Amino acid sequence: MKLTLKIWRQQNAQAKGQMVTYPIDGIDGDMSFLEMMDVLNNELIQKGEDPVVFDHDCREGICGSCSMFINGEAHGPDRLVTTCQLHMRKFNDGDTITIEPWRAAGFPVIKDLMVDRSSFDRIQHAGGFISINTSGNTQDANAIPIEKEDADDAFAAATCIGCGACVASCKNSSAMLFVSAKVSQFALLPQGQVEATDRVLNMVKQMDEEGFGNCTNTGACEVECPKGISLENIARMNREYLAASLKG
Amino acid sequence: MALSGLFLVVFLTQHFVINLSSVISPETFNSWSHFMGTNALVQFALQPVLIFGVFFHFIMGIVLELQNRKARPVNYVQFKGGAAAPWTSRNMIITGLVVLAFLGLHFYDFWIPEMVHKYVEFAPEDPTRYYAETVHKFESPVRVALYAISFVLLALHLWHGFASSFQSVGFNNKYSKALKGFTKLWAVAIPVGFIFIAVYHHFNQLPH
Repeated sequence: MKLTLKIWRQQNAQAKGQMVTYPIDGIDGDMSFLEMMDVLNNELIQKGEDPVVFDHDCREGICGSCSMFINGEAHGPDRLVTTCQLHMRKFNDGDTITIEPWRAAGFPVIKDLMVDRSSFDRIQHAGGFISINTSGNTQDANAIPIEKEDADDAFAAATCIGCGACVASCKNSSAMLFVSAKVSQFALLPQGQVEATDRVLNMVKQMDEEGFGNCTNTGACEVECPKGISLENIARMNREYLAASLKG
Repeated sequence: MALSGLFLVVFLTQHFVINLSSVISPETFNSWSHFMGTNALVQFALQPVLIFGVFFHFIMGIVLELQNRKARPVNYVQFKGGAAAPWTSRNMIITGLVVLAFLGLHFYDFWIPEMVHKYVEFAPEDPTRYYAETVHKFESPVRVALYAISFVLLALHLWHGFASSFQSVGFNNKYSKALKGFTKLWAVAIPVGFIFIAVYHHFNQLPH
Protein backbone atom coordinates (compact mmCIF):
# COMPACT_ATOMS: atom_id res chain seq x y z
CA MET A 1 0.00 0.00 0.00
CA LYS A 2 1.34 3.39 -1.03
CA LEU A 3 0.16 6.37 1.04
CA THR A 4 0.71 10.09 1.47
CA LEU A 5 0.88 11.20 5.10
CA LYS A 6 0.26 14.78 6.12
CA ILE A 7 1.53 15.06 9.68
CA TRP A 8 1.57 17.94 12.16
CA ARG A 9 5.18 18.70 13.08
CA GLN A 10 5.92 21.03 15.96
CA GLN A 11 9.36 21.31 17.55
CA ASN A 12 8.12 22.15 21.05
CA ALA A 13 5.23 23.72 22.97
CA GLN A 14 6.31 27.25 22.07
CA ALA A 15 7.18 26.64 18.40
CA LYS A 16 4.79 27.27 15.54
CA GLY A 17 3.87 23.97 13.96
CA GLN A 18 2.93 23.03 10.43
CA MET A 19 1.69 20.12 8.35
CA VAL A 20 4.50 18.20 6.62
CA THR A 21 3.90 15.71 3.80
CA TYR A 22 5.60 12.29 3.80
CA PRO A 23 5.14 9.70 1.05
CA ILE A 24 5.30 6.12 2.37
CA ASP A 25 5.33 2.77 0.57
CA GLY A 26 5.16 -0.93 1.47
CA ILE A 27 2.44 -0.62 4.08
CA ASP A 28 0.59 -3.87 4.76
CA GLY A 29 -3.14 -3.86 5.49
CA ASP A 30 -2.58 -6.02 8.58
CA MET A 31 -0.28 -3.45 10.18
CA SER A 32 -1.68 -1.31 12.94
CA PHE A 33 -1.63 2.45 12.46
CA LEU A 34 1.17 2.78 15.01
CA GLU A 35 3.24 0.14 13.18
CA MET A 36 2.81 2.24 10.04
CA MET A 37 4.12 5.22 12.04
CA ASP A 38 7.06 3.06 13.18
CA VAL A 39 7.89 2.32 9.54
CA LEU A 40 7.82 6.03 8.75
CA ASN A 41 10.00 6.86 11.75
CA ASN A 42 12.55 4.17 10.77
CA GLU A 43 12.80 5.79 7.36
CA LEU A 44 13.16 9.25 8.87
CA ILE A 45 15.89 8.09 11.27
CA GLN A 46 17.78 6.37 8.43
CA LYS A 47 17.65 9.64 6.50
CA GLY A 48 18.96 11.49 9.54
CA GLU A 49 15.71 13.33 10.14
CA ASP A 50 13.84 13.84 13.38
CA PRO A 51 11.27 11.04 13.90
CA VAL A 52 7.62 11.96 14.49
CA VAL A 53 6.92 12.05 18.23
CA PHE A 54 3.69 10.35 19.32
CA ASP A 55 2.36 8.77 22.52
CA HIS A 56 2.05 4.99 22.73
CA ASP A 57 2.43 2.33 25.38
CA CYS A 58 0.42 -0.91 25.65
CA ARG A 59 -0.56 -1.12 21.95
CA GLU A 60 -3.58 -3.23 22.87
CA GLY A 61 -6.20 -0.57 23.50
CA ILE A 62 -6.16 -0.40 27.29
CA CYS A 63 -3.65 2.27 28.30
CA GLY A 64 -5.17 5.28 26.54
CA SER A 65 -1.80 6.63 25.43
CA CYS A 66 -2.19 6.82 21.67
CA SER A 67 -3.89 10.03 20.75
CA MET A 68 -3.90 10.80 17.06
CA PHE A 69 -6.55 12.74 15.17
CA ILE A 70 -6.66 10.86 11.88
CA ASN A 71 -8.51 12.16 8.82
CA GLY A 72 -10.61 14.44 10.99
CA GLU A 73 -11.56 11.89 13.65
CA ALA A 74 -10.12 10.84 17.00
CA HIS A 75 -8.41 7.43 16.63
CA GLY A 76 -9.33 7.45 12.93
CA PRO A 77 -12.34 6.26 10.94
CA ASP A 78 -13.04 3.01 12.83
CA ARG A 79 -15.36 2.83 15.84
CA LEU A 80 -14.64 1.52 19.37
CA VAL A 81 -10.90 1.27 18.72
CA THR A 82 -7.83 3.21 19.78
CA THR A 83 -5.21 4.23 17.22
CA CYS A 84 -3.08 1.20 18.13
CA GLN A 85 -6.06 -1.06 17.29
CA LEU A 86 -6.73 0.70 13.98
CA HIS A 87 -5.64 -1.44 11.06
CA MET A 88 -4.22 -0.07 7.82
CA ARG A 89 -6.79 -2.13 5.88
CA LYS A 90 -9.24 0.62 6.82
CA PHE A 91 -7.41 2.74 4.23
CA ASN A 92 -6.96 2.34 0.49
CA ASP A 93 -3.86 2.31 -1.65
CA GLY A 94 -3.09 5.86 -2.76
CA ASP A 95 -4.93 7.51 0.15
CA THR A 96 -3.78 10.75 1.73
CA ILE A 97 -4.00 10.55 5.52
CA THR A 98 -4.04 13.64 7.71
CA ILE A 99 -2.60 13.11 11.20
CA GLU A 100 -2.90 15.78 13.89
CA PRO A 101 -2.55 15.97 17.67
CA TRP A 102 -5.59 16.39 19.97
CA ARG A 103 -6.57 20.05 19.80
CA ALA A 104 -7.74 21.63 23.05
CA ALA A 105 -6.60 24.35 25.43
CA GLY A 106 -6.56 21.66 28.14
CA PHE A 107 -4.23 19.47 26.02
CA PRO A 108 -1.30 21.68 24.93
CA VAL A 109 1.05 20.16 22.34
CA ILE A 110 4.39 19.01 23.76
CA LYS A 111 5.92 17.97 20.44
CA ASP A 112 4.49 16.83 17.10
CA LEU A 113 1.56 14.52 17.91
CA MET A 114 2.23 14.29 21.64
CA VAL A 115 0.01 16.38 23.91
CA ASP A 116 0.10 17.08 27.64
CA ARG A 117 -2.90 15.32 29.20
CA SER A 118 -1.89 15.96 32.81
CA SER A 119 -5.06 18.05 33.11
CA PHE A 120 -6.91 14.70 33.31
CA ASP A 121 -4.61 13.64 36.16
CA ARG A 122 -5.37 16.85 38.05
CA ILE A 123 -9.11 16.28 37.58
CA GLN A 124 -8.68 12.78 39.00
CA HIS A 125 -6.64 14.14 41.92
CA ALA A 126 -9.51 16.53 42.68
CA GLY A 127 -11.86 13.68 43.55
CA GLY A 128 -11.61 10.62 41.31
CA PHE A 129 -10.90 8.22 44.18
CA ILE A 130 -12.40 6.72 47.34
CA SER A 131 -10.57 7.07 50.66
CA ILE A 132 -10.74 3.53 52.04
CA ASN A 133 -8.25 1.86 54.31
CA THR A 134 -6.39 -0.74 52.26
CA SER A 135 -3.90 -1.79 54.94
CA GLY A 136 -5.11 -5.34 55.30
CA ASN A 137 -8.52 -4.93 56.90
CA THR A 138 -10.51 -4.02 53.80
CA GLN A 139 -14.05 -5.39 53.70
CA ASP A 140 -14.65 -8.01 51.04
CA ALA A 141 -16.39 -6.15 48.22
CA ASN A 142 -18.50 -9.23 47.48
CA ALA A 143 -20.03 -8.91 50.95
CA ILE A 144 -21.71 -5.63 49.91
CA PRO A 145 -24.92 -6.25 47.95
CA ILE A 146 -25.05 -4.19 44.75
CA GLU A 147 -27.74 -4.37 42.09
CA LYS A 148 -26.56 -6.07 38.90
CA GLU A 149 -27.54 -3.07 36.73
CA ASP A 150 -25.61 -0.68 38.95
CA ALA A 151 -22.57 -2.95 39.02
CA ASP A 152 -22.67 -3.25 35.21
CA ASP A 153 -23.05 0.51 34.70
CA ALA A 154 -20.25 1.25 37.18
CA PHE A 155 -17.99 -1.21 35.38
CA ALA A 156 -18.87 0.26 31.99
CA ALA A 157 -18.00 3.75 33.29
CA ALA A 158 -14.75 2.42 34.75
CA THR A 159 -13.62 1.17 31.33
CA CYS A 160 -12.79 4.77 30.39
CA ILE A 161 -9.07 4.78 29.61
CA GLY A 162 -8.71 8.56 29.79
CA CYS A 163 -7.34 8.84 26.26
CA GLY A 164 -9.01 12.22 25.66
CA ALA A 165 -10.76 11.29 22.41
CA CYS A 166 -13.94 12.79 23.87
CA VAL A 167 -12.27 16.17 24.25
CA ALA A 168 -10.59 15.91 20.86
CA SER A 169 -13.86 15.04 19.08
CA CYS A 170 -16.06 17.57 20.81
CA LYS A 171 -16.49 20.80 18.88
CA ASN A 172 -16.34 22.56 22.28
CA SER A 173 -13.33 20.59 23.60
CA SER A 174 -15.49 19.53 26.53
CA ALA A 175 -14.18 16.93 28.98
CA MET A 176 -17.62 16.06 30.33
CA LEU A 177 -17.63 12.45 29.13
CA PHE A 178 -14.31 11.67 30.82
CA VAL A 179 -15.21 13.43 34.08
CA SER A 180 -18.70 11.94 34.14
CA ALA A 181 -17.30 8.42 33.67
CA LYS A 182 -14.95 8.96 36.61
CA VAL A 183 -17.77 10.37 38.74
CA SER A 184 -20.23 7.64 37.68
CA GLN A 185 -18.02 4.68 38.48
CA PHE A 186 -18.20 5.70 42.16
CA ALA A 187 -21.64 7.34 42.18
CA LEU A 188 -23.23 3.99 41.35
CA LEU A 189 -21.51 2.09 44.16
CA PRO A 190 -22.04 2.25 47.95
CA GLN A 191 -18.31 2.80 48.48
CA GLY A 192 -18.52 6.04 46.53
CA GLN A 193 -21.30 7.63 48.53
CA VAL A 194 -19.24 8.98 51.43
CA GLU A 195 -17.33 11.48 49.27
CA ALA A 196 -19.97 11.89 46.56
CA THR A 197 -20.74 15.56 47.22
CA ASP A 198 -17.13 16.77 47.32
CA ARG A 199 -16.13 14.49 44.45
CA VAL A 200 -18.45 15.90 41.81
CA LEU A 201 -18.06 19.53 42.91
CA ASN A 202 -14.27 19.36 43.03
CA MET A 203 -13.84 17.42 39.78
CA VAL A 204 -16.13 19.77 37.83
CA LYS A 205 -14.36 22.80 39.34
CA GLN A 206 -10.98 21.39 38.28
CA MET A 207 -12.34 20.56 34.81
CA ASP A 208 -13.41 24.19 34.37
CA GLU A 209 -10.06 25.49 35.64
CA GLU A 210 -8.23 23.36 33.07
CA GLY A 211 -9.86 25.34 30.25
CA PHE A 212 -12.10 22.68 28.74
CA GLY A 213 -15.27 23.84 26.97
CA ASN A 214 -18.91 23.31 27.85
CA CYS A 215 -21.03 20.30 26.93
CA THR A 216 -23.76 21.09 24.39
CA ASN A 217 -24.86 17.46 24.04
CA THR A 218 -23.74 16.97 20.44
CA GLY A 219 -22.93 13.35 21.31
CA ALA A 220 -19.69 13.30 19.29
CA CYS A 221 -17.75 12.15 22.37
CA GLU A 222 -19.86 9.00 22.75
CA VAL A 223 -19.52 8.13 19.05
CA GLU A 224 -15.74 8.60 18.98
CA CYS A 225 -15.00 7.06 22.39
CA PRO A 226 -12.93 3.87 21.90
CA LYS A 227 -14.60 2.35 24.96
CA GLY A 228 -18.17 3.34 24.12
CA ILE A 229 -18.66 5.39 27.29
CA SER A 230 -22.32 6.41 27.29
CA LEU A 231 -23.85 9.89 27.45
CA GLU A 232 -25.93 8.51 30.35
CA ASN A 233 -22.87 9.20 32.49
CA ILE A 234 -23.04 12.92 31.68
CA ALA A 235 -26.72 13.02 32.68
CA ARG A 236 -25.83 11.16 35.89
CA MET A 237 -23.04 13.61 36.66
CA ASN A 238 -25.42 16.52 36.03
CA ARG A 239 -27.82 14.98 38.58
CA GLU A 240 -24.98 14.42 41.04
CA TYR A 241 -23.77 18.00 40.52
CA LEU A 242 -27.24 19.45 41.05
CA ALA A 243 -27.76 17.40 44.23
CA ALA A 244 -24.28 18.28 45.52
CA SER A 245 -24.81 21.99 44.80
CA LEU A 246 -28.05 21.98 46.77
CA LYS A 247 -26.32 20.23 49.68
CA GLY A 248 -23.49 22.75 49.48
CA MET B 1 -29.47 27.15 29.03
CA ALA B 2 -31.56 24.01 29.49
CA LEU B 3 -33.93 25.48 32.07
CA SER B 4 -34.45 28.74 30.16
CA GLY B 5 -34.86 26.70 26.97
CA LEU B 6 -37.55 24.51 28.55
CA PHE B 7 -39.28 27.63 29.83
CA LEU B 8 -39.27 29.08 26.31
CA VAL B 9 -40.66 25.81 24.94
CA VAL B 10 -43.62 26.13 27.31
CA PHE B 11 -44.10 29.75 26.26
CA LEU B 12 -43.89 28.83 22.57
CA THR B 13 -46.59 26.19 23.07
CA GLN B 14 -49.05 28.63 24.64
CA HIS B 15 -48.19 31.25 21.98
CA PHE B 16 -48.94 28.68 19.28
CA VAL B 17 -52.26 27.67 20.82
CA ILE B 18 -53.38 31.31 20.98
CA ASN B 19 -52.20 31.97 17.40
CA LEU B 20 -53.95 28.84 16.15
CA SER B 21 -57.21 30.16 17.57
CA SER B 22 -56.96 33.02 15.04
CA VAL B 23 -57.43 30.45 12.27
CA ILE B 24 -60.27 28.63 13.99
CA SER B 25 -62.22 31.44 15.64
CA PRO B 26 -61.41 35.19 15.39
CA GLU B 27 -63.64 35.81 18.43
CA THR B 28 -61.67 33.38 20.58
CA PHE B 29 -58.39 34.89 19.36
CA ASN B 30 -59.61 38.40 20.26
CA SER B 31 -60.82 37.23 23.64
CA TRP B 32 -57.56 35.43 24.54
CA SER B 33 -55.41 38.27 23.18
CA HIS B 34 -57.41 40.82 25.13
CA PHE B 35 -56.91 38.75 28.28
CA MET B 36 -53.15 38.38 27.68
CA GLY B 37 -52.82 42.06 26.80
CA THR B 38 -54.73 43.46 29.75
CA ASN B 39 -54.38 40.99 32.62
CA ALA B 40 -52.11 42.54 35.23
CA LEU B 41 -50.53 39.23 36.23
CA VAL B 42 -49.63 38.44 32.60
CA GLN B 43 -48.44 41.98 31.82
CA PHE B 44 -46.49 42.81 34.95
CA ALA B 45 -45.40 39.41 36.32
CA LEU B 46 -45.21 36.84 33.50
CA GLN B 47 -44.09 39.23 30.75
CA PRO B 48 -40.98 40.45 32.63
CA VAL B 49 -40.11 36.80 33.45
CA LEU B 50 -40.47 35.93 29.76
CA ILE B 51 -38.29 38.85 28.67
CA PHE B 52 -35.69 37.85 31.25
CA GLY B 53 -35.87 34.23 30.01
CA VAL B 54 -35.33 35.28 26.40
CA PHE B 55 -32.40 37.56 27.24
CA PHE B 56 -30.85 35.03 29.60
CA HIS B 57 -31.10 32.28 26.97
CA PHE B 58 -29.43 34.16 24.13
CA ILE B 59 -26.81 35.92 26.27
CA MET B 60 -25.81 32.61 27.87
CA GLY B 61 -25.78 31.00 24.42
CA ILE B 62 -23.33 33.60 23.14
CA VAL B 63 -21.19 33.37 26.30
CA LEU B 64 -21.02 29.57 25.99
CA GLU B 65 -20.09 29.83 22.31
CA LEU B 66 -17.24 32.24 23.12
CA GLN B 67 -15.99 30.02 25.97
CA ASN B 68 -16.14 26.97 23.72
CA ARG B 69 -14.18 28.68 20.94
CA LYS B 70 -11.55 29.67 23.51
CA ALA B 71 -11.29 26.03 24.59
CA ARG B 72 -9.78 25.17 21.17
CA PRO B 73 -7.25 27.91 20.39
CA VAL B 74 -5.79 26.01 17.41
CA ASN B 75 -8.27 24.44 15.00
CA TYR B 76 -7.85 21.13 13.25
CA VAL B 77 -6.72 21.14 9.63
CA GLN B 78 -9.33 18.42 9.06
CA PHE B 79 -12.33 18.01 11.38
CA LYS B 80 -15.14 15.63 10.43
CA GLY B 81 -17.71 16.98 12.84
CA GLY B 82 -20.52 15.50 10.79
CA ALA B 83 -19.19 11.96 11.23
CA ALA B 84 -20.07 11.93 14.91
CA ALA B 85 -22.68 14.61 15.55
CA PRO B 86 -25.68 15.93 13.59
CA TRP B 87 -25.61 19.37 11.93
CA THR B 88 -28.33 20.74 14.20
CA SER B 89 -26.33 20.02 17.36
CA ARG B 90 -23.16 21.60 15.97
CA ASN B 91 -24.77 24.79 14.69
CA MET B 92 -27.03 25.93 17.52
CA ILE B 93 -25.33 29.33 17.48
CA ILE B 94 -26.24 29.86 13.79
CA THR B 95 -29.87 28.75 14.14
CA GLY B 96 -30.09 30.63 17.45
CA LEU B 97 -28.80 33.90 15.95
CA VAL B 98 -31.31 33.65 13.09
CA VAL B 99 -34.11 33.12 15.62
CA LEU B 100 -32.75 36.10 17.58
CA ALA B 101 -32.86 38.26 14.42
CA PHE B 102 -36.41 37.05 13.87
CA LEU B 103 -37.29 38.08 17.44
CA GLY B 104 -36.10 41.59 16.56
CA LEU B 105 -38.52 41.64 13.60
CA HIS B 106 -41.27 40.12 15.72
CA PHE B 107 -40.82 42.74 18.47
CA TYR B 108 -40.85 45.48 15.81
CA ASP B 109 -44.01 44.04 14.30
CA PHE B 110 -46.07 43.25 17.38
CA TRP B 111 -44.55 43.84 20.79
CA ILE B 112 -43.27 47.43 20.43
CA PRO B 113 -46.49 48.74 18.76
CA GLU B 114 -48.47 46.97 21.49
CA MET B 115 -46.40 48.56 24.26
CA VAL B 116 -46.67 51.99 22.59
CA HIS B 117 -50.43 51.51 22.15
CA LYS B 118 -50.99 50.64 25.80
CA TYR B 119 -48.30 52.33 27.85
CA VAL B 120 -47.17 55.37 25.79
CA GLU B 121 -50.26 56.53 23.94
CA PHE B 122 -52.66 55.07 26.53
CA ALA B 123 -55.04 54.40 23.61
CA PRO B 124 -58.52 53.19 24.53
CA GLU B 125 -58.72 49.39 24.58
CA ASP B 126 -60.77 47.76 21.82
CA PRO B 127 -61.13 44.03 22.60
CA THR B 128 -61.87 43.27 18.92
CA ARG B 129 -58.77 44.90 17.39
CA TYR B 130 -56.31 41.98 17.76
CA TYR B 131 -57.54 39.75 14.94
CA ALA B 132 -57.54 42.49 12.29
CA GLU B 133 -54.12 43.78 13.40
CA THR B 134 -52.63 40.29 13.23
CA VAL B 135 -54.09 39.43 9.84
CA HIS B 136 -52.90 42.72 8.30
CA LYS B 137 -49.35 42.05 9.47
CA PHE B 138 -49.22 39.06 7.16
CA GLU B 139 -50.30 40.98 4.07
CA SER B 140 -46.72 41.38 2.87
CA PRO B 141 -45.35 38.25 1.14
CA VAL B 142 -41.82 39.31 2.14
CA ARG B 143 -42.78 39.29 5.82
CA VAL B 144 -44.46 35.90 5.46
CA ALA B 145 -41.33 34.55 3.73
CA LEU B 146 -39.11 35.93 6.51
CA TYR B 147 -41.35 34.35 9.12
CA ALA B 148 -41.30 31.02 7.27
CA ILE B 149 -37.50 30.99 6.94
CA SER B 150 -37.10 31.91 10.60
CA PHE B 151 -39.43 29.13 11.71
CA VAL B 152 -37.50 26.57 9.65
CA LEU B 153 -34.37 27.67 11.54
CA LEU B 154 -36.34 27.55 14.81
CA ALA B 155 -37.32 23.97 13.99
CA LEU B 156 -33.65 23.07 13.48
CA HIS B 157 -32.78 24.81 16.77
CA LEU B 158 -35.50 22.92 18.64
CA TRP B 159 -34.66 19.62 16.93
CA HIS B 160 -31.50 19.49 19.04
CA GLY B 161 -32.28 21.93 21.83
CA PHE B 162 -35.52 20.48 23.20
CA ALA B 163 -34.17 16.93 23.61
CA SER B 164 -30.77 18.22 24.73
CA SER B 165 -32.27 20.20 27.61
CA PHE B 166 -33.47 16.98 29.26
CA GLN B 167 -29.96 15.50 29.06
CA SER B 168 -28.58 18.70 30.64
CA VAL B 169 -30.91 18.50 33.61
CA GLY B 170 -29.90 14.89 34.11
CA PHE B 171 -32.88 13.10 32.56
CA ASN B 172 -31.51 10.13 30.64
CA ASN B 173 -33.21 6.81 31.33
CA LYS B 174 -35.49 4.16 29.79
CA TYR B 175 -38.07 6.83 28.92
CA SER B 176 -35.55 9.01 27.05
CA LYS B 177 -36.07 7.36 23.67
CA ALA B 178 -39.82 8.01 23.74
CA LEU B 179 -39.26 11.52 25.06
CA LYS B 180 -36.76 12.21 22.29
CA GLY B 181 -39.35 11.10 19.73
CA PHE B 182 -41.88 13.50 21.24
CA THR B 183 -39.41 16.41 21.27
CA LYS B 184 -38.54 15.84 17.59
CA LEU B 185 -42.22 15.73 16.66
CA TRP B 186 -42.87 18.90 18.66
CA ALA B 187 -39.80 20.60 17.16
CA VAL B 188 -41.27 20.17 13.68
CA ALA B 189 -45.00 20.48 14.40
CA ILE B 190 -44.96 23.81 16.26
CA PRO B 191 -42.83 25.78 13.74
CA VAL B 192 -44.75 24.25 10.81
CA GLY B 193 -47.94 25.29 12.58
CA PHE B 194 -46.68 28.87 12.94
CA ILE B 195 -45.79 28.92 9.22
CA PHE B 196 -49.27 27.62 8.38
CA ILE B 197 -50.89 30.40 10.43
CA ALA B 198 -48.80 33.10 8.68
CA VAL B 199 -49.54 31.68 5.21
CA TYR B 200 -53.25 31.22 6.05
CA HIS B 201 -53.66 34.87 7.05
CA HIS B 202 -51.66 36.00 4.01
CA PHE B 203 -54.20 34.35 1.71
CA ASN B 204 -57.23 35.34 3.81
CA GLN B 205 -56.73 39.08 4.09
CA LEU B 206 -59.54 41.23 5.51
CA PRO B 207 -60.81 44.11 3.36
CA HIS B 208 -59.07 47.40 4.29
